[in-house]
Amino acid sequence: MSMDESVRKAVLGAVPSLRAFAISLCGNVDRADDLVQETLLRALANIDSFQPGTNMSAWLFTILRNHFRSEYRKRRREVEDSDGHHAESLKSQPDQYGHVEFREFREALAQLPSDQREALILVGASGFSYEEAAGICGCAVGTIKSRVNRARTRLAELLHVNSAEDFGPDETTRAVLASGGE
Amino acid sequence: MEAAATRNKKLTAKPAKLGRDVQARLGQQLRAMYDEVVNQGVPDRFNDLINRLDSSGKKDPQ
Repeated sequence: MSMDESVRKAVLGAVPSLRAFAISLCGNVDRADDLVQETLLRALANIDSFQPGTNMSAWLFTILRNHFRSEYRKRRREVEDSDGHHAESLKSQPDQYGHVEFREFREALAQLPSDQREALILVGASGFSYEEAAGICGCAVGTIKSRVNRARTRLAELLHVNSAEDFGPDETTRAVLASGGE
Repeated sequence: MEAAATRNKKLTAKPAKLGRDVQARLGQQLRAMYDEVVNQGVPDRFNDLINRLDSSGKKDPQ
């Protein structure tokens, strides 16, 4: 199978966002990159099942998400508290996302149930429509909507925000203030 | 019963409906965190992987 130039472009174009999604799922850059690599290998081995004209990015996200889920289920037998484990793995790797300024937010995100976290990321960060997110997660559109709403509400609770002022100084200012003593 | 319990919880807990400003700020932070990774672009390992798969595909007599 020789790779069509448009396929090659679409696949590579999706990589940055796939990585961001994978990191949000597993909380670890190295594992996330392995997950993306396995996703690309699977996708290209099954490229014939991709329907031209449909959303390549959504197709790749679906493969990544399903692959992660099956791996996750396997690991779950070994590690009982998977969400807690995820939160812990984030805490032990504070620099995995790069900047310390998102730590609080990341930790709150890591405490969400995985269903809610993935729905929020897909709709709120990856830029998929509710319909596309439902397709990726294999559930009803209404389910995605309610997961996103619950995720937002829970995040606000975890971050103790009731209004925009509760966010305090914006993140950049806070980072400057925080690094002032160093 | 369960519905009533949920309703009571909603009355005592924080408002279930978030203000638009809060939603907007949460969304902003979420995207900023996500985009930090997106902006790293495509790491070499993925370019290499695609190149490898592509060239092995081209050698295929099909």
